[in-house]
Amino acid sequence: MVATNEPRAAATNGASADKAAITGTWAVKTGLAQMLKGGVIMDVVTPEQAKIAEEAGACAVMALERVPSDIRKDGGVARMSDPEMITGIIAAVTIPVMAKARIGHFVEAQVLEALGVDYIDESEVLTPADESHHIDKQQFKVPFVCGCRNLGEALRRISEGAAMIRTKGEAGTGNVVEAVRHMRTLWDDIRRIQNMPEDELFSAAKELSAPYDLVKYVHDHGKLPVVNFSAGGIATPADAALMMQLGAEGNFVGSGIFKSENPEKMARAIVKATTHFRDANILAEVSRGTGDAMKGLEISAIPENEILSKRGW
Amino acid sequence: MTSTPTIGVLALQGDFAEHIAMLRELGVATAEIRVPSQLAAIDALIIPGGESTTITRLLDIYELREPIRRLGLDGLPIWGTCAGAIVLAKQATDLDRPNLALMDIDVRRNAFGRQVDSFEEDIAIEGIDGPRFHAVFIRAPGIERAGAAVRVLAALDDGTIVAAQEGRLLATSFHPELTGDSRFHALLVSLAKVYQAERGQTSK
Repeated sequence: MVATNEPRAAATNGASADKAAITGTWAVKTGLAQMLKGGVIMDVVTPEQAKIAEEAGACAVMALERVPSDIRKDGGVARMSDPEMITGIIAAVTIPVMAKARIGHFVEAQVLEALGVDYIDESEVLTPADESHHIDKQQFKVPFVCGCRNLGEALRRISEGAAMIRTKGEAGTGNVVEAVRHMRTLWDDIRRIQNMPEDELFSAAKELSAPYDLVKYVHDHGKLPVVNFSAGGIATPADAALMMQLGAEGNFVGSGIFKSENPEKMARAIVKATTHFRDANILAEVSRGTGDAMKGLEISAIPENEILSKRGW
Repeated sequence: MTSTPTIGVLALQGDFAEHIAMLRELGVATAEIRVPSQLAAIDALIIPGGESTTITRLLDIYELREPIRRLGLDGLPIWGTCAGAIVLAKQATDLDRPNLALMDIDVRRNAFGRQVDSFEEDIAIEGIDGPRFHAVFIRAPGIERAGAAVRVLAALDDGTIVAAQEGRLLATSFHPELTGDSRFHALLVSLAKVYQAERGQTSK
């Protein structure tokens, strides 16, 4: 299980000089996220849905037992999905399969790695298992994606070993407002660090509660050292293109597809909108006749303790 | 006399931005290709890494498959990396939709296993001088058969072919765009210059 990793906080695309084949490196972990860019990762709960997603052009699927809107409705403790259901989905498609582990639940992550999932989402959509510590993701060969609301949170996750980031949004609402807030906040933070004189980066690192090396990387490059997708509330092709224009490199769509009136059509339309996110003519064409989007929730109507994006730190 | 060639990069999905960054370092003009009209001005095409099922689906939706296939048959240099190699191949296992079927190779998708089996290795490549090439394989395909006209450029110790050339078509299982080594991109640019010169003659 132990992976060869770049040293903590040295999140460059550095290549080692070893001649023999090595697995589980930072380059192959972050590299898979590079391959997903410009694509849509769809939540699916059955092998049949996974096939529909693949056929529609999804670049990966997220295998889970209940989509976030049902988790929200059902309440109770939300955990890692049944391995049988995950292996059923792995067998059904040839695209990468992701699955969710609870925040801090490193044994769920060990199980998912053993099942052969291609990416683990340490996700606030499930009920956290640890209120102080996220998973030490450096210890795994399988790569992880984690959620963030701002730059500090993103860099803390990367220092723990996350090879991909997604802004959190508010999952299961079909309301894009939180996704927009988090993406704008992240880019505001990045621009602020980028424009900062170098001698102020030390206290910026302290203020962000993030390692200095990663803060310096953001200052020098004007972006995160890993791929960043959007998530949490995307329900229409226009939502997907909005997030891309705001700086996402791809989209996670959860309840938005299989809780819509015509999932197949909606899935295809969101894939096209993510590719052609700047072409308003194509967006107008793909937005036509997709059927009703999921109903959606007003964020202010959600009780404070049911806001998922506040989980994690 | 000769202007710099323009290299198109298919920008439907995947790591097309990394290819464009490498090409810019070599000082050539680049173009992101998303619709057929953008194909007219290019002297070579890169099909990047990404998800081959997604890329082939979008090739059909935007009616790019036939125009690219025709250009390839007419001598346009085309290089496929990873998913791009799957899109170029005559045969690809587990791909349930039509691809370009231009290059006389059979490709096995995910030939090395799932993501936990993805790896890095230094390999020797025929026709590329200097130190061994640092190759990153991500859920990579393997080339299982190469036709008589195909030149094998690199193979792993177990015999799996991971780089090949047929005329002006190039296929690699790995990702030169991720490691900052521009020798493969330079090879494509040299093919693009030949094509550009031919185009210049026929248009006179």
